[in-house]
Amino acid sequence: MSDAGHRFRTLLGHRLFWPVAVLVVMLAANTVYRPGFLAVEINNGHLYGTPIDILRLSAPLILVALGMTLVISTGGIDLSVGSTCAISGAIACLYISRAPDQNNLGTVLTALAMALGVALVLGAWNGVLVSVIGIQPIIATLILMVAGRGLAQLIAEGQIITINSGPYRAIGLGHLLTLPLAIFIALAAALLVAAFTRRTALGMIVESVGGNREASRLAGIRSGRVVFLVYVVSAACAAIAGFMMTANVSSADGNNTGLWVELDAILAVVIGGTSLAGGRFYLSGTIVGALIIQTLTTTVYAMNISPQTALLFKAVVVIAVCLIQAPAFRARFRRRRPGTPPPPQSSPQRQKEQVPA
Amino acid sequence: MTSLPISTGPRWAKLPRRHMPVLATLALLLVMYGIGVSQYRAFSNIQVVFNVFIDNGFLLVIAVGMTFVILTGGIDLSVGSVAAMTAMVSAWLLQSGLPALPVLVIALLIGPTLGFLMGCAIHFFDIQPFIVTLAGMFFARGMCTFISNASIPITDGFWTTMSQYRIGDPRGNFVSISVLVAFAVVLVAAYVLAYTRLGRNVYAIGGNPQSALLMGLPLGRTRIAVYTISGLCAAIGGILLSFYTLSGAPLIAIGMELDVIAAVVIGGTVLTGGSGYIFGTVLGVLVLGVIQTLITFDGSLNSWWTKIVIGGLLFAFILLQRLIGIRYK
Repeated sequence: MSDAGHRFRTLLGHRLFWPVAVLVVMLAANTVYRPGFLAVEINNGHLYGTPIDILRLSAPLILVALGMTLVISTGGIDLSVGSTCAISGAIACLYISRAPDQNNLGTVLTALAMALGVALVLGAWNGVLVSVIGIQPIIATLILMVAGRGLAQLIAEGQIITINSGPYRAIGLGHLLTLPLAIFIALAAALLVAAFTRRTALGMIVESVGGNREASRLAGIRSGRVVFLVYVVSAACAAIAGFMMTANVSSADGNNTGLWVELDAILAVVIGGTSLAGGRFYLSGTIVGALIIQTLTTTVYAMNISPQTALLFKAVVVIAVCLIQAPAFRARFRRRRPGTPPPPQSSPQRQKEQVPA
Repeated sequence: MTSLPISTGPRWAKLPRRHMPVLATLALLLVMYGIGVSQYRAFSNIQVVFNVFIDNGFLLVIAVGMTFVILTGGIDLSVGSVAAMTAMVSAWLLQSGLPALPVLVIALLIGPTLGFLMGCAIHFFDIQPFIVTLAGMFFARGMCTFISNASIPITDGFWTTMSQYRIGDPRGNFVSISVLVAFAVVLVAAYVLAYTRLGRNVYAIGGNPQSALLMGLPLGRTRIAVYTISGLCAAIGGILLSFYTLSGAPLIAIGMELDVIAAVVIGGTVLTGGSGYIFGTVLGVLVLGVIQTLITFDGSLNSWWTKIVIGGLLFAFILLQRLIGIRYK
């Protein structure tokens, strides 16, 4: 009896419990509302159905959120990912649209390489601003967020670039082994990031830099390089997500590609249990968070509510998940011991400074 | 600053360093205005300056509120959506036949209430301001379309009067009532920040929250207060926006929070908090306004250049702040 209770408490305390619970509740509510929700059918050798759609549409968000997780775990934030999506998508589409044969695989690969290269430069720019010049991450990336939208429009000359390229469209809509290709791309990126961070010391190094940058430097970690690296990785992830978004619609719109994806990605990361103060990151939580956001969006669409009103639901879910995860909120409701005020709350930066280095 | 300041530089170098960013913004503004006057003949017309105020009155009011929040080291992403929601609610209530005064009161209550709730969430549950105000932004934007998917026109007499009344010579140089409201807000805010206990607390908490708490300053009350003030300013901005457009549109003011943050930063307020002036924010808003005017006057430049120039200016000013900061140490 007590064993079961103990196990239940361990489960309840698991960091993935609440995000997964929210996801399951949302899926269950959907199934009750629309019994065919979870049905998956095979059509033309491909799997079709709402769950597959959710997975496919959440692929870009998962990619962006992966990079964002690393950035946030160093105590930073990257607001420029949406603009990076737009720029990389615009460059790839522009190159393909000018090519004589849009279906040529070589052309598409060159376009992707070029766009990815530009994205890496943008990431390096962010990285230099944050790690070398020492600008606050939120502002350093705000620069590119504002200017990047302008650059994307400049590249596309204010037009929506439409392309008709089979190989490029496959990034967003293609299939592999009956499942959409986008799912595999996101999965591969997730596994790659997980392998590099969790099978090597890199993840721990990133976390230690997020915990205390100066102390990590004194311990022999090149903190500046690590911080630089995460912004480059984030930009690369955003670029691939940008390819997917533009491939989905076979066109690049400098104004709307990846609009507000940075906010969704930050939400996914926070819902997944990664603290915005840095020092810890949970890739699995981030993926669950991204799935929650996409499920919510799909649910609201299925209920015939306008996309803008969907934000109302998003706000409620965000606040609920954040409150559940907030230590101060939990402390208030779990143990009602009178006279134990929450520990003095100070901003994490200040605490970090006080560590004798 | 342990040793006595050694005065070696020339006299001008003794300007307080905390004034440097504001002075740099002022210099930039004058240079840009000078460029405009030298390039375009019509630019020297004083009405151009008035128009900058008329077109950016709501931005100015919202930026004033944002200055309070940023001075405490926080951030408020919800302001654009709250302004849109205020405009939307007032348009909707007017359409359903309520008289102007109660509509004004209700509309002005929405913003502070939302700001108060967000401040409470930030203070009592220790959730990041970024996330809480992001949720607030989603909520307010969602409410806009929840009220109506289409834009609601305002035909109320009070609103049209406020919108169309011109102070000064209607055919010559004039300003709208919104400009006066914006100036009033700026003056009150500058007074509160500089001469009241609340203002001092805001600076102290932005400088170092722990020290402020140990000194016995009301950390929680001040924090909640700044988000409430920001909400109130967003609401006033929303009303001015509805005067300006004479409608409530669900998609208006999207991305305005970024313009506002950019204006505050260009105005010399440091994002970690504790340093900055309302006057700087006014200059920051004017810089944004003059950029837009210059691009409009040029005619050959496309609208996206606005974004690129604003991004470049942001970069230059943050670099400047950074350099001053290094010298200060």
